Amino acid sequence: MSPQKSNTAVGQSAELKPGLVGLAEDWSSDQRAFKNVPWGKAMMWIFLLSDTFIFSVFLIGYMTARMSTAVDWPPVSEIFALSFGGDPIPLVLIAIMTFILITSSGTMVLAVNYGYRKDRKKTTILLLITALMGASFVGMQALEWSKLISDGVRPWENPFGASQFGSAFFMITGFHGFHVSVGVVFLLLIARKVWRGDYDTEKKGFFTSQKGNYEIVETMGLYWHFVDLVWVFIFAFFYLW
Amino acid sequence: MAHAEGQQHPLGVYIKVWILLFVVSGFSYAVDYFNFQGYVRWSLILLFMFIKAGYIISVFMHIKWERWALSAAILVPPSVLLVFIGIMAIESDYTFLTRILYFGPG
Repeated sequence: MSPQKSNTAVGQSAELKPGLVGLAEDWSSDQRAFKNVPWGKAMMWIFLLSDTFIFSVFLIGYMTARMSTAVDWPPVSEIFALSFGGDPIPLVLIAIMTFILITSSGTMVLAVNYGYRKDRKKTTILLLITALMGASFVGMQALEWSKLISDGVRPWENPFGASQFGSAFFMITGFHGFHVSVGVVFLLLIARKVWRGDYDTEKKGFFTSQKGNYEIVETMGLYWHFVDLVWVFIFAFFYLW
Repeated sequence: MAHAEGQQHPLGVYIKVWILLFVVSGFSYAVDYFNFQGYVRWSLILLFMFIKAGYIISVFMHIKWERWALSAAILVPPSVLLVFIGIMAIESDYTFLTRILYFGPG
């Protein structure tokens, strides 16, 4: 890493020494450890760190249930198969959901980029596309839930195998779906603010009364990518394992 | 200057990673579609998962370009989860054995 000096909206410039020396100096420095990072972004990261632990505990709980059960685990690949007239295709809905979420991550990252270029129109449109895809993800999840419920899967029992399957499934995908839903709401709120030009005029937020600027789009992006990240793990451990 | 105002990078980086994520997700799905089993399945699933997670964190979430003060604060604490996973794996092995012993057939 090369030393760099910069000014941000944070209003502070800080020299960065290469390697561990830079790390040690940042952490031992006066007043703030995270230079060049707006407070909103630092707090989002800390929130995401705590969220990492919540999802990890769910997934570890699922691992424990699955490893310790003496009954066979339900055949996930068959349960989540859908047929469109012909033979059932394994995991097809999950695959579509995965691709939708990745696509929305891509549009989100572009929104962040155009936000910093102060391109109001493109940022708004990209944020709205991201929100739309998030909403369709939740819709497909609802479809999947209702299919499983009509198949007789309950948190305490199911006709396919180990009874822990239902509770792990509803808990993990439910919590993730809730995150996506909250993300959609916030994407819409921020899209509206971008469209209205709040971040160009530095209009003060109603809650924090801080001057708004396009860094909030990046912070929003962090949350959205995290939701995608969690799905990567759920997809691997729950659906493919 | 990357940090002149927030995280600004050329679009090409994002597009490349985006395509890569699509392709790797396709591979993940193929593991199930072609019905690989056993250790091949495990290692392929984990490999593709870590590739995807790594690219999302480092490029999409910009960790690659952040100062170590921030990236270390975020990436180091979750490593304790490895210990937790180890403990629970041992514990569930034990539970499994006792279940076989006391509730199993014969």
